[in-house]
Amino acid sequence: MRRIFPIINAVIAIGAGLIVLIGYFVDVRGMMEFRLLLFQWAVIVGGVAVLIGIWNLFSVHLQKIRARKRESVYSLVLLFFLLLTLFLVYFPILLQGIVSNDLAQVNTVNSVNAIILDGIIIPVEVSLMAVLAVTLTVATIRMLRARTDLSAMVFLITAFLTLFGIGLRSFFGQIPVISEFAQSQVITNVLAAGGARGILIGVALGTLTTGLRILLGIDRPYGGK
Amino acid sequence: MTPPSAGMLGIGIVIFAGLFLTLLTLLYRRYPLSFRNITAFMRTRRAASMVVEEGTRLHVSIGNANLLTPSAASALAGLALIRHLGELTSLSDYPPITTTGSPTINLLAQDTLRTAHEAVATEQTFDLNNGRLTGLTPLSYVAGVMPTIRDEKISTNVLIGNFGPEVGLLTEAADRQRTPILAASDSLPAQAVLYAATQEPLIGEELFAAGAYTQAGPGHAASLLVQDTLRWFIILALIGGALLTIFGEFLP
Repeated sequence: MRRIFPIINAVIAIGAGLIVLIGYFVDVRGMMEFRLLLFQWAVIVGGVAVLIGIWNLFSVHLQKIRARKRESVYSLVLLFFLLLTLFLVYFPILLQGIVSNDLAQVNTVNSVNAIILDGIIIPVEVSLMAVLAVTLTVATIRMLRARTDLSAMVFLITAFLTLFGIGLRSFFGQIPVISEFAQSQVITNVLAAGGARGILIGVALGTLTTGLRILLGIDRPYGGK
Repeated sequence: MTPPSAGMLGIGIVIFAGLFLTLLTLLYRRYPLSFRNITAFMRTRRAASMVVEEGTRLHVSIGNANLLTPSAASALAGLALIRHLGELTSLSDYPPITTTGSPTINLLAQDTLRTAHEAVATEQTFDLNNGRLTGLTPLSYVAGVMPTIRDEKISTNVLIGNFGPEVGLLTEAADRQRTPILAASDSLPAQAVLYAATQEPLIGEELFAAGAYTQAGPGHAASLLVQDTLRWFIILALIGGALLTIFGEFLP
């Protein structure tokens, strides 16, 4: 059975992949419906994967707590708030039959959601973004020391001119020459858009060949040797 | 559904690329391909082979791509790398760790780690918790990966997949631990961040070359040549289109 399972997996994966791919290009009767059915199954599997993922998160941090390392206090905090959030959001739904049209109960759950989202998640993520801004500034300064080749210089000069030309406009208004340079059609529509398209074409070709490797069974991310 | 002419062109490209890929894969043993040097890949291979000797750990992070979106291809490229580097480093006292921000990709990563573990047949039992989902939003995912880089005896970090600009926090965390980092993303803002934050950034399709450069198999090397061939076709089509437009201006 250990040999048969990988083969069955490969046949199912390649078959499903081919059906979805052909259905994208050709309108064969029944193909579209079957393709949609496969997508629906994928969405359901994705939903179950979220539950498994949360269990994985729980299990990893429980393992850290059991190891009694100094850092395990963070894992303890994470697990406490994970369980608290699950309790606050899902327990009322399960117990009180929120699926019914009782608006008062629906509002209670929504307000708990809003407190968790607006009061904790968004402020924490915004502060991480602020840390990211500082991190990127430091990385840019470090880049000035580490790399002094032509492409690095062009990158840095363009970044600074764009930052000063567009970023500071709301404080100081249009800065002569620099703002015009940063907003010029040559920079935004020709150089930047051309470069971005070139990179995206490369990424698209990589995506195509990665997909083909899976369709041909060369890569098997679903297991098997 | 795509329009009929675009659909036919799409099918043509896929069939051509598929046949060419199959042919090159079959011919690889007789006519091996050679590629230009990419220092980042060479350094990563060297670092991965040192993991076992040093008794440290390899960390591969494959971003937060959803399997049902096109950006999943970057995560799949990361999985191919996990498979190969996993085999190289599974013999270490500290087996490799993967982190993701996508539950579906996490399942695949765990399965890939298990396959790599079974391939080298070590006496250690496989720990499913070495494949970790660290968060479901981009920033919570990054926040979960940062302690892994710091606390798990990591000696090499590989970040390959779909990241946003928040990948800068991961490169900074790796930099603080003075651990080498191989980083590539399919997103343009993340590539700009990586260009500034890493010593040897991988740009554009170099992300998908990871398998070929780490000798993951003939299929990976062949797919790189298919990519290059298709790119030349696109270049010729773009130049041809531009010339036709220019000459069209002068024709009655």
